[in-house]
Amino acid sequence: MSTPNVAVVDEQAAPRSNPFRSFNFTARFWVALVLVAFVLLLGLAGFLYPTASNDKVGSLYDAPGNGIPLGTDNFGHDVLAVLMAGTRTSLIIGLLAGVIATVIGVVVGLVAGFVGGWLEEFLMGVTNVVLAIPSIIVLILISISLPQSNLWSLAVVIGITSWPWTARAVRAQASSVATREHIDVARLSGARLPSILFRDVLPYILSYAVMAFVLQVSGAILAEAALSMLGLGPAGTDSLGTQLHWALAFQAVASGAWWAFLPPTIVLTLVSFGFLLLQASLDEVFNPRLRRGKRKQMKQTAARRLEQAQREQVQRGTPVAAAPGEGGNS
Amino acid sequence: MSTAQAPTTVLARAVNVSAVYGGGDRDFTAVDRVSLELGEGEILGLAGESGCGKTTLGNSLAMIANPPLYVVEGTLDIDGERIDLTTLRGDGDLARQRKYRGGVVSMLPQGAMNAISPTLRVRNLVIDVMRAHDRSVTRDEALDRARDRLKMLEMPVRVLDSYPHQLSGGMKQRVITVVSTLLNPRLLIADEPTSALDVSSQRMLVEMLLAMVEQRIMSGVVFVTHDLPVLSQVSDRLAIMNAGRIVEMGPTEQLVHDAQHEYTRKLLSSVLDPTQETRSRGRNRRSHTGIGEGESL
Amino acid sequence: MSTVLECRNVTKEFHVAGSKVVAVDDVSLEFTGGDVLAVVGESGSGKSTLARMLLRLMPVTSGTISFRGDDVTHLRGHALRNYWSEVQAVFQDPFASFNQFFPVGRLLRRSLALAEVDRDEADALIEECLGYVGLTPAQALHKYPHQLSGGQRQRIMLARALMMRPKVLLADEATSMLDATLRVNVLNVLHDLKDDLGLTVLFITHDIGQACYLADRVAVMEHGKVVERGTTDEVIFAPRGDYTKRLLADVPDLKGSLKRKV
Repeated sequence: MSTPNVAVVDEQAAPRSNPFRSFNFTARFWVALVLVAFVLLLGLAGFLYPTASNDKVGSLYDAPGNGIPLGTDNFGHDVLAVLMAGTRTSLIIGLLAGVIATVIGVVVGLVAGFVGGWLEEFLMGVTNVVLAIPSIIVLILISISLPQSNLWSLAVVIGITSWPWTARAVRAQASSVATREHIDVARLSGARLPSILFRDVLPYILSYAVMAFVLQVSGAILAEAALSMLGLGPAGTDSLGTQLHWALAFQAVASGAWWAFLPPTIVLTLVSFGFLLLQASLDEVFNPRLRRGKRKQMKQTAARRLEQAQREQVQRGTPVAAAPGEGGNS
Repeated sequence: MSTAQAPTTVLARAVNVSAVYGGGDRDFTAVDRVSLELGEGEILGLAGESGCGKTTLGNSLAMIANPPLYVVEGTLDIDGERIDLTTLRGDGDLARQRKYRGGVVSMLPQGAMNAISPTLRVRNLVIDVMRAHDRSVTRDEALDRARDRLKMLEMPVRVLDSYPHQLSGGMKQRVITVVSTLLNPRLLIADEPTSALDVSSQRMLVEMLLAMVEQRIMSGVVFVTHDLPVLSQVSDRLAIMNAGRIVEMGPTEQLVHDAQHEYTRKLLSSVLDPTQETRSRGRNRRSHTGIGEGESL
Repeated sequence: MSTVLECRNVTKEFHVAGSKVVAVDDVSLEFTGGDVLAVVGESGSGKSTLARMLLRLMPVTSGTISFRGDDVTHLRGHALRNYWSEVQAVFQDPFASFNQFFPVGRLLRRSLALAEVDRDEADALIEECLGYVGLTPAQALHKYPHQLSGGQRQRIMLARALMMRPKVLLADEATSMLDATLRVNVLNVLHDLKDDLGLTVLFITHDIGQACYLADRVAVMEHGKVVERGTTDEVIFAPRGDYTKRLLADVPDLKGSLKRKV
């Protein structure tokens, strides 16, 4: 049954997955992005909102109404204005701390994982020590010992205590990348260590670094909130945490002034949930294997192909296989 | 040519199997209207290079094609039943598929031996596989069957207690072959079962497959591989695939000695075995023949 | 014919979970210039570990490696990079050998520093090396690894290795992942390189048939030891060792016996 006229096909480019095209934006990702975007916009909206966060527009815990959407807080300030300013501050601290923690974590993890040996032991030892100490205690101690806590100092303090988690994750990945063949080829080509780390290892762990960054930001915002609630927050600036601090101090819960503590709580929840969801969905975005597939699209393709096959068979006069939905034994 | 050597009874006949990788506006036809036939007690070798569609054809026949791969046409006649292989609807009839897969046609995928969970002892794998097919099977029944099968094939029963990493590559592959045929499928489709093995382990696996067919554990095997010499040892008939189509099919002996199609000849001539002929070819090769792909020797 | 690369009493031990694994056991081999030498062994024979040690990508546990009479066993830094301008390699997996995030041309340019070539001559050198393997810069340089076929990737890896104008080229299962029809082509290229550039080619493989086709001399390894060595004719057609005989007997024969029973 040979068919001498079938063309011989030369070796073609095997359809390897394109590392750049494998970004798959799922529904989960967009939902997460919307939540995070909302929080970001809330922070930025403060620049447009007519009332400043330290304008006295009413008295202690005025209920919402009269053009003040969320009432006033204990200082008589517009709660919404304070919320917006607070969100912005928290976001800035979160981002700063996130950047610091991610950079330290990635560098430590890369070097430890790739170089290995005693350097890895040493760096991992340091990481474990920093990890083991309850960070909140460290944060409190450092915050107390600083003369005055401001936005920057807080961000730095949070950043330098929260990197171990990232370092561990990156180290594991860097360790596995180090065994890959392209690293050997790079060495054989005369590349030096910094070049190898930066060009041959980092791109392969970038997705982990991005996901770690997202979690670090979220964690930092919550850490700031915790510190601020304890009264160790940035002096003279409003943040989500300080809002809650004042609400607690002035017993907003007992007085029934829900507008004083509920909004910051909700925003913090959105932050936490949104970033977490973002990180989880990024896993799907970066990892094509977790992809669920564009089912409808592919079914249409397959149906098209079947139609075409049937048309060809009709032309040739050969029997047609049963189409789905038309009886048949499927 | 075919009728003189035609198998006495036809075990399975596949007609016009086509499979397409879909998604977006570009489709790729991996298998293009392929038909083949397998006789009772026969081993059919499905040979070809990477990208020719042999693995996809195997997956289509075993009904384990998953999106983005869709089987868009094709039927399989086996045991007097005509089975529709198309998977357009994606879900299909799960209960029927479960009965079909493993029971009628069983697939031994490439790299299966490395895909076993490292935390499972072999006996747990056996139990999982049997119960996935039929919930009513008890643990003891499953293990008894496994033990009988191992003894029948002269394999040590103690492998049941081992973890995958405790077994050599060759042993793992034989174990996984036994496990995938516990349900006595009519047809086994084995995808590159020997490729990752040393020549001595390859030989043991091939001998085991022949013994299994002889003892009627399964009634036929489709042996998918790029390795022609292995096929010439084990298969009755050979089908050569290229670009989604079968370019030549016939009794192994005939194909190896008197190939008709240009591609078959090219494939055969690229086999390098440790013989004087190969040595001479190496010594007398025309130098600077260029590196054009598709060059024949 | 002088000895270009040599290893004496080389041993490699790994410590895995408390126990010791000897991957390479007291191996001594000499590689003479201008020849193709094959090291044949099944998985676990230690051939790839030996290859990595010869390339100085892995430290030896004991023994010495010499290149043209100089001891290179413990090279580091600048001296090691010099060694790599003389001894190069192509590995088994054409895709894994590439950094998938960068175009192929970048890999070739990276070797320029090692090849000690300035930017003007760079393009000429790249073109020349690609030419040896039958590719043009236009076909390859701007492409990403995933856009190329397996055969093309492996050939670019070869071109990369040649840019340094090495004396020794080590091919570690370099043809194992290629399709059969391409394999012969690549083997022919390796042979041509030996003729045209006077390269010493070290061909590491599990496939004794390929060694038969390509090599002048063969060494057979089993469990970390060299169990047979000699010219190709000696080892393959008049083997002395039991392991070699068994290895040859187990290789499935395409045309020899076509009895269904193995």
